[in-house]
Amino acid sequence: MSTVVLLALTGLGLAALYFLIASGLSLVFGLAGVLNFAHGLFLSVGAYAAWTVSESWGAIPAILLGVAVAATTGALVELVLIRPLYTRHTEQVLVTVGLSLAGVALLQSVWGADARVFPRPAWASSVVNIAGAQVPADRFLLIGAAVLVLLGLLAFLRFTRYGLVIRAGVENRDMVSALGIDVRNAFTLVFAIGGALAGLAGILAGMYFSSISPGQGASLLIFAFIVVVIGGLGSVTGAFAAAVAVGLLQQFVNYYGTAGAGDVSVVALLAAVLLLRPAGLAGKAAPA
Amino acid sequence: MILKINNLSVRLGGSHILQGVAFDVAETGVTALLGRNGVGKTTTLRAVLGEVPATGEVLFDGRPALGRATHRLVRDGLGYVPEDRCVFAGLTVAENLRLAVRVPSPDFDLVFDLFPELRKRAGQRAGTLSGGQQQMVAIARVLLNPNRLLLVDEPTKGLAPAVVTAVAAVLERIAARVPILLVEQNLAVVRRLATDAVVLEAGRTAWRGRAADLLSDADATRSLLGVGTTAGRH
Amino acid sequence: MKSSSVPTTSPAASPAASSPSPPSVTPPGRLRRLAPLLALLVAVVLPWSTLRLPGLFEGPLNSPGTLQLLAVCLVFAGLALGYDLLFGRAGLLSFGHALYVAAGAYGVDILVSHYGWRLWPTVAVTVLAAAVLAALLGAVALRTSGIAFSMVTLAFAQVGHIVINRDPGGLTGGEEGLPLSSAGLPAMFTGVVNTVNLYWLALAFLTVVVVTVHTIDRAPLGRTLTGLRDDERRIAVLGLSPYRLKLLAFVLAGTLAGLGGATYALVVGGASPHIASSELTLSLIVMAVLGGAGTRWGAVVGGFLYAYLDQRLARLGGSLPGPFGEPLFVLGTLFILAVYFAPGGLASLSSRLEPLRRALRPRPAPDAI
Ligand SMILES: Nc1ncnc2c1ncn2[C@@H]1O[C@H](COP(=O)(O)OP(=O)(O)OP(=O)(O)O)[C@@H](O)[C@H]1O
Ligand SMILES: [Mg+2]
Repeated sequence: MSTVVLLALTGLGLAALYFLIASGLSLVFGLAGVLNFAHGLFLSVGAYAAWTVSESWGAIPAILLGVAVAATTGALVELVLIRPLYTRHTEQVLVTVGLSLAGVALLQSVWGADARVFPRPAWASSVVNIAGAQVPADRFLLIGAAVLVLLGLLAFLRFTRYGLVIRAGVENRDMVSALGIDVRNAFTLVFAIGGALAGLAGILAGMYFSSISPGQGASLLIFAFIVVVIGGLGSVTGAFAAAVAVGLLQQFVNYYGTAGAGDVSVVALLAAVLLLRPAGLAGKAAPA
Repeated sequence: MILKINNLSVRLGGSHILQGVAFDVAETGVTALLGRNGVGKTTTLRAVLGEVPATGEVLFDGRPALGRATHRLVRDGLGYVPEDRCVFAGLTVAENLRLAVRVPSPDFDLVFDLFPELRKRAGQRAGTLSGGQQQMVAIARVLLNPNRLLLVDEPTKGLAPAVVTAVAAVLERIAARVPILLVEQNLAVVRRLATDAVVLEAGRTAWRGRAADLLSDADATRSLLGVGTTAGRH
Repeated sequence: MKSSSVPTTSPAASPAASSPSPPSVTPPGRLRRLAPLLALLVAVVLPWSTLRLPGLFEGPLNSPGTLQLLAVCLVFAGLALGYDLLFGRAGLLSFGHALYVAAGAYGVDILVSHYGWRLWPTVAVTVLAAAVLAALLGAVALRTSGIAFSMVTLAFAQVGHIVINRDPGGLTGGEEGLPLSSAGLPAMFTGVVNTVNLYWLALAFLTVVVVTVHTIDRAPLGRTLTGLRDDERRIAVLGLSPYRLKLLAFVLAGTLAGLGGATYALVVGGASPHIASSELTLSLIVMAVLGGAGTRWGAVVGGFLYAYLDQRLARLGGSLPGPFGEPLFVLGTLFILAVYFAPGGLASLSSRLEPLRRALRPRPAPDAI
């Protein structure tokens, strides 16, 4: 029993990371039609920015700075690199591919290729006893952050003007423009939001794994991609459900099966979902 | 003339769809844009709006329109009611309308006067509305803001005869305040609303003049539109 | 997904693309047709040259170091063109090509090093296995299209990467990679003095890919594939199944990748997880786009140059300031610039320079090379 609880909470912690990365990716893809390979870069940028000041500033200001830097990076990437290629989706994907390669190399040249120890606040290292299981507190930090982000995103999408524009734009971009709305401002906004959430994920992942490295973003990104596709492109709640499914499946199968079987089963899940419901769990038809 | 189109040319997916369309839209009344299926009526409207790349000359309210962003043209008073309505299916009726608002005092009075139904259904998802109700939302969206010209694409397509009549009545009321460029296959509706008419054929303007003249000439109607004057949409 | 701005024909492609063959072969035209053969000839005899090109290569051309570097470039030129069969021709943006390269490399490596198989049967079996793998996974992945297809191929390849890294049963050597045991290899591929044979092997691989892909370009299949890329409906109207055609292209590309992977393992003497990573696929995309996706020679040139720069920059790394010491920074930045300023890749640059070249040429004399 205690093993199951520990595995479940660890799986949910992983799911929280996936969700933080995938929700931004999903919104960016759903609205702007851009498959953003540079999303992993936002994650690493946020993590390194926080790491740089965490010694001198303390945890909370460092987190805020990391998130702000990642959000700014996201917005700048949209304004400078993506926007000039408006509607040329293949070229946009290619640019993000180039950016992901060059960006990681840039981080490497500044901070080195090796992993850095990421400091975690003392309370994050404590353990909590739940149903006989000794659960590290950082799991709750991850899960709590993800739930807050989910609620915040849903409230933003439902109750604000920009949220309305984003929901409408995910359905039909052209029609939003035809109502006199400059939908590209919403693009910049979702890139900034996606960057912020990825940056947060990078910092939390740094605490969770106790280390950061330039390539960390890229490896998490692939599972986030899978979550986005399973959840349905453009759907935040779909991404949440898919993240939970993927995180739990991966954790349990990795523990009870052979090493790596969890990762393989996630891909099998992806294949199954795509064959049964090509649009993903939450419906928006995957645009060609 | 609120809209002047000259030598408008559009290529899409390797085919030359519009090859020098030219016509004007008067400051008042309804100008009908006619032609067989697939001749390029929708493409003409989309080109005016800047949704498809086009060459040639388009003057909206005396200013060049080609090359300007769609949302800017719309803000300058170019309202668009697209073919197949394009309401946002996942948003409620109220949200669809709220999204369209861009002036401090939107004309909800007019909208609910024309479509009392929409007030009742404010909380319903637009995707679950009937075709006629969706058309009401699509028209209501543009009426909330002041317009200099409306582009309306096949508003009666796929609607029951009684609903067609209702939509035509609404358009007639609207036309009293703002000019409309109307794409319409139902010639009875055209006869009721249109003062002027333009017919496209093979990517070009094949006929322009008074709508009454076109419709009273059975031969011209048949050769240009492929239908008898009494027929509606096949 | 349409690669809209990629020109389907470049000047180099025009002789084959204009199907009613040009009435008279002008001297420059014949020259252009002979140029690849001449280039091949030069490449074949190059190992006998002791020419030194300081700055470009460290040793003389026939030194093992230079030949090895060139061999890697040739392998990547072939891999890039094989990938371009998918991307540039059929318009399929696969993010999982590395899987088939890795299947070829690890297949040969494992069978030779662990099981002591002889080389040639191993290569045949491995390439066949890569083809079967591509057929199975392609059959699933091609049920989707557009971005979803990219994602599915990426995910499949990721499984390969994970499995290789986990070192199941001690087969793959995990993160360290698996050196190719020279005991099982024919003598001509072992030892530093025999680097030249590896060079020729890489050249042979590239030739096979070029001949295969160019034959497909010229065959009805090639035109159907580009038709598919531009407008799937048009092909469906012709009564052909887009699904089967795409699967055929996918399997062909996978087979060529498997062959390339096998060649790569021989050239570099082993396999490492890097060749199974999504980064390898991304670099194949970069090569194809840099050179000019969908053109006859674009991917070949792009792959060769990319591999050259990658290796040279890595070697110069320490001496360059800041991020310029990172090959991927330079290549990624170049790539982004290319997407903006040379959307057709190097191939389009050469066509843009064509008027200039024509103006500079005094008269159409059959000048010697
Ligand atoms: N994006 C596109 N790519 C390629 N061809 C297109 C595209 N959009 C429209 N077309 C073609 O352009 C032509 C004109 O289309 P358009 O929708 O403007 O016709 P229409 O006159 O509005 O027809 P209908 O009366 O059926 O609404 C059609 O043949 C259509 O197939
Ligand atoms: Mg139409």
